[in-house]
Amino acid sequence: MEELLRVLTLALGELLAPATAAYALAAIGLNVHFGYTGLLNVGQAGFMLLGAYGFGISTIAGAPFWLALLVAMAAGTLFAVVLGLPTLKLRGDYLAIVTISAAEIIRMLGRSTLFDAQTGGSAGLRGGDYKGSFQDLSFLPDGRTMIGPLEYLNNGSDSWWTRLFAWSLVVLALLVVWLLTRSPWGRVLKGVREDEDAVRALGKSVYSYKMQALILGGVLGALAGIIYVLPGAIAPDAMGRTMTFWVWTVMLLGGAATLFGPVLGSMLFFFVYMIVRAGMRTDLMEFLPIPAKNVDHVAGVLVGVTLMLIVIFRPQGILGNKKELALDAR
Amino acid sequence: MPDEKTVNENDAAAGADEHAASETAKRAGRDLSHVAPEVGAAKPDAILTAQGVQRRFGGMTAVDVDYLEVERGAITALIGPNGAGKTTFFNLLTGFDKPNQGSWTFQGEPISHKSAARVARAGMVRTFQLTKALSRLTVLDNVLLAATKNPGERMFASMFQPLWAGTEERNKEKALEILERFKLDKMRDEFAGSLSGGQRKLLEMARALMTDPTMIMLDEPMAGVNPALVQSLLGHIQNLRDEGMSVLFVEHDMHAVRHISDWVVVMAEGRIVAEGPPGSVMQDQAVVDAYLGAHHDTDLGDDALLDPEVLARLEAEEEAR
Ligand SMILES: Nc1ncnc2c1ncn2[C@@H]1O[C@H](COP(=O)(O)OP(=O)(O)O)[C@@H](O)[C@H]1O
Ligand SMILES: [Mg+2]
Repeated sequence: MEELLRVLTLALGELLAPATAAYALAAIGLNVHFGYTGLLNVGQAGFMLLGAYGFGISTIAGAPFWLALLVAMAAGTLFAVVLGLPTLKLRGDYLAIVTISAAEIIRMLGRSTLFDAQTGGSAGLRGGDYKGSFQDLSFLPDGRTMIGPLEYLNNGSDSWWTRLFAWSLVVLALLVVWLLTRSPWGRVLKGVREDEDAVRALGKSVYSYKMQALILGGVLGALAGIIYVLPGAIAPDAMGRTMTFWVWTVMLLGGAATLFGPVLGSMLFFFVYMIVRAGMRTDLMEFLPIPAKNVDHVAGVLVGVTLMLIVIFRPQGILGNKKELALDAR
Repeated sequence: MPDEKTVNENDAAAGADEHAASETAKRAGRDLSHVAPEVGAAKPDAILTAQGVQRRFGGMTAVDVDYLEVERGAITALIGPNGAGKTTFFNLLTGFDKPNQGSWTFQGEPISHKSAARVARAGMVRTFQLTKALSRLTVLDNVLLAATKNPGERMFASMFQPLWAGTEERNKEKALEILERFKLDKMRDEFAGSLSGGQRKLLEMARALMTDPTMIMLDEPMAGVNPALVQSLLGHIQNLRDEGMSVLFVEHDMHAVRHISDWVVVMAEGRIVAEGPPGSVMQDQAVVDAYLGAHHDTDLGDDALLDPEVLARLEAEEEAR
């Protein structure tokens, strides 16, 4: 019983964890791409890693917090423009191929020794080197706070302050996306998603709308990258294809083209993921023929299976509209 | 399919008084009556002029139009057997495809190198042979999307509703008027994907109309439409002309166009083989040859359809279904 409570507390902790917020934010960005505009970005982790580098490197170079944040956003914008310019005029699959390879290129360049002085190569950047300016911003008194079963330091890496900031950013992003997608601008995006030629025939510059959407979602991805590395370190190999794959899972789980889908998806994903991993390690589960060292692998397999099951049995996700999706099977 | 029937019933009445040709129609007919029925003939008031337009796919020349003028304020039908190059020619004119050579002007302005969006903004708006309903948008949103100059379609302005709420309100009124005219107003909140084939064609026309086009280009508006709806579609096309728009529409069956077009252009194997008023052009030897060489589909646009008795029988059958 005690063990179960411990597992449950761990899982509850995941609901508010900075990484959960980071994934939610990245999925909000991906939702702007895929859910609202129909753009196949298969390299969201690239935007996140670039945002993290942009923030970390400029902070280490002496930039104040808000400037470093702007640098990260600019990096996301630039990445979107570079990837979008040659591909957004072409069919959707080109963007998919380009984003997946570009994200890999960013990671490879980051972990290579070419820019060792800036990126720290494959070892990455130590959190302590770039977290100072962020933690100095905190207005919380020092100490620990316990809310319900969750107890963290007020300030520091894995703190209430980090959570407060991360989720504030998520709320802000939700507000912006809500304002945008309920507007005529958002309607054009959805039109592009449905049939870009039809939208073109009505005199809209489809290309520039796609570019705007790619930039917006990319900037949200870059900000998500910052949140992701604020409690820890910047490790390029932690932000690769698996990360992109998880962001997709999170978005599809919650429901593409829904406002809260990415947030719900992220919370549910990490809650269940923690239950599975921690649960398999408890004595209760000893009858399972899974050695402790393989628990993470099995959990990874379950993530993949989950994604497949969603796509097959509930393609609209949790919050999506069944009726709306049914039309897709024209 | 109760919806399609409703559309048709309501329209039969509307269609009737449209048959009394309006002033514009008479004017167009009068103006074109002095035009010689020959390929490349100059028109009294051309809105669209194309010259030496060629489009090749590999070794095959899909479009090879030496010279064509399209009259302003008239209904011009572009007919020809399947594979004649009508759609390709349409795609070129509307900026959806690029020619190997040739140029054309719209209202005196060269537009051959403009993007599809800019052609549309210049006032030449098209529909598609394979209907493009924006399925997961509501019927109303489909039409609202077509409104031009909406400040809310700019990214930053869109976040501040007061900047566009007024425009949106006016657009909504106009959109509902248009939808009413096409008998789609009751479906305003349905997803467009749930409409029937004929209703989608109407929705596409409604959308095009919302842009206030000068010239409207319809690619096979009757294709795949329930025969009972054809009549009302023809009525809508006449209405467009009567409101002063120029209409160029594609059809592969020559009979369907006879009763509503002011001028007929016939294409075969990429070339324009004949032009003339609908009454006489069908007798042209080149036209007969073109159609004899093709599989002539007499199903759609069969003359019998234009007979009110046959139409009434079809409607009754539809109702019984
Ligand atoms: N994208 C394309 N690639 C190759 N051939 C094409 C393409 N589009 C059309 N064609 C060919 O061009 C010819 C004219 O086609 P189309 O314009 O669709 O005819 P229509 O609309 O008159 O039925 C056909 O033989 C068709 O196969
Ligand atoms: Mg065609």
